[in-house]
Amino acid sequence: MTDEVILLNFWPSMFGMRTMIALQEKGVKYEYREEDLINNKSPLLLEMNPIHKKIPVLIHNGKPVCESIIQIQYIDEIWSNKNPFLPSDPYQRAQALFWADFIDKKLYVCGRKTWSTKGEEQEAATKEILEILKTLQSELGDKPYFGGDEFGFLDIALIGYYSWFPAYQKFGNFSIEPECSKLMAWGKRCMQRESVAKSLPDSEKVGGFILQLKKIYGIE
Amino acid sequence: MTTGEVKLIGAWASPFVMRPRIALNLKSVPYEFLQETFGSKSELLLKSNPAHKKIPVLLHADKPVCESNIIVEYIDETWSSSGPSVLPSHPYDRAMARFWAAYIDEKWFVSLRSFPKAQGEEETKAALAQLEEANAILEKAFIDCSKGKPFFNGDNIGYLDIALGCFLGWLRVTELTGGHKLLDEAKTPSLSKWAERFCNDPAVKPVMPETAKLAEFAKKIFAKPHA
Repeated sequence: MTDEVILLNFWPSMFGMRTMIALQEKGVKYEYREEDLINNKSPLLLEMNPIHKKIPVLIHNGKPVCESIIQIQYIDEIWSNKNPFLPSDPYQRAQALFWADFIDKKLYVCGRKTWSTKGEEQEAATKEILEILKTLQSELGDKPYFGGDEFGFLDIALIGYYSWFPAYQKFGNFSIEPECSKLMAWGKRCMQRESVAKSLPDSEKVGGFILQLKKIYGIE
Repeated sequence: MTTGEVKLIGAWASPFVMRPRIALNLKSVPYEFLQETFGSKSELLLKSNPAHKKIPVLLHADKPVCESNIIVEYIDETWSSSGPSVLPSHPYDRAMARFWAAYIDEKWFVSLRSFPKAQGEEETKAALAQLEEANAILEKAFIDCSKGKPFFNGDNIGYLDIALGCFLGWLRVTELTGGHKLLDEAKTPSLSKWAERFCNDPAVKPVMPETAKLAEFAKKIFAKPHA
């Protein structure tokens, strides 16, 4: 029985990147559908994610799975025969899930502030984001990937943000490399993977998108 | 590896702490409950959860697991051969359970919490309407997930029952102090009946705080000036 897999996404979303990478890593064939979140959400999106009306939405044989972290776990569990994302040890799994949750609670909001705020608020955001990234860097330690020797769940959860780092730095006028060189090296290492290279947008394009957002929201 | 001492850092009044306690009860895992004093954080807590400094924290052979829903999954996987399964077995049902648990924390609980904070009639009305809408969504989610069985998880309470049920004590307190019915049998009949069944479950009863005790505690903590 062939699976029908559709992904509703919006190209700049670091959340959608997670799901794209996960599907690619498992070798799953899927149909990619770009949503125009700024102007017009599709009827399919509104039908498949009525609660949040957000992307990414993974539709597997007509049934929707929403929320990117939940999607990575689902993909790992359904296509369990190759490239496991999560460790098999329950304690290691709990740690991976904890850090993915940490990323979602802290990094997104803080990252947004680096380009959408000014003055003191922006300065505070750039300081905070460096602290968050340093925390994640110490979690990485000397391992090639968060998953250890193999690219895994937590790598997938974080790598999308790597495509936004240049924009955060440009708009926030700060530099990540001096205090987070190991993390940046990890980012470059992940970019060597086909699944990541194919799923992350060019950082110039992300910068252009932010300029577009700033215009729409009237942020200088 | 199920060997090793189990400790839980928490507080009797916290709904989030109740989640792993129920899971440990379902698995018949004995544990030492380390109560935090309200208003201060122990050295052990700060050391075990430096990122968030929050309860609950499970310590299994001194190794910390944080975030209530993550702890519940950890308990289910570690003591998988003991007691019923806390998470559903099919990946799609698991995804649904996780989705609704996230909704409960991000939307439903936020609605519940905004209710006592509402000032005046307009705000109270708005808060009530928001909670009613969230309840209606969960009523439908219950019908979809339970598939005619008594709990979200089927025949036995599970991950999603625990994720929502832990708030029932605080819901009752909010009803008492606010004077409004928040879980209405007329509007959400399935959810209301489920709530009663949940509270009577033997894994839940020992850790669900008494409404009166919780109401008294609420008075004390909400009397404090906000930081």
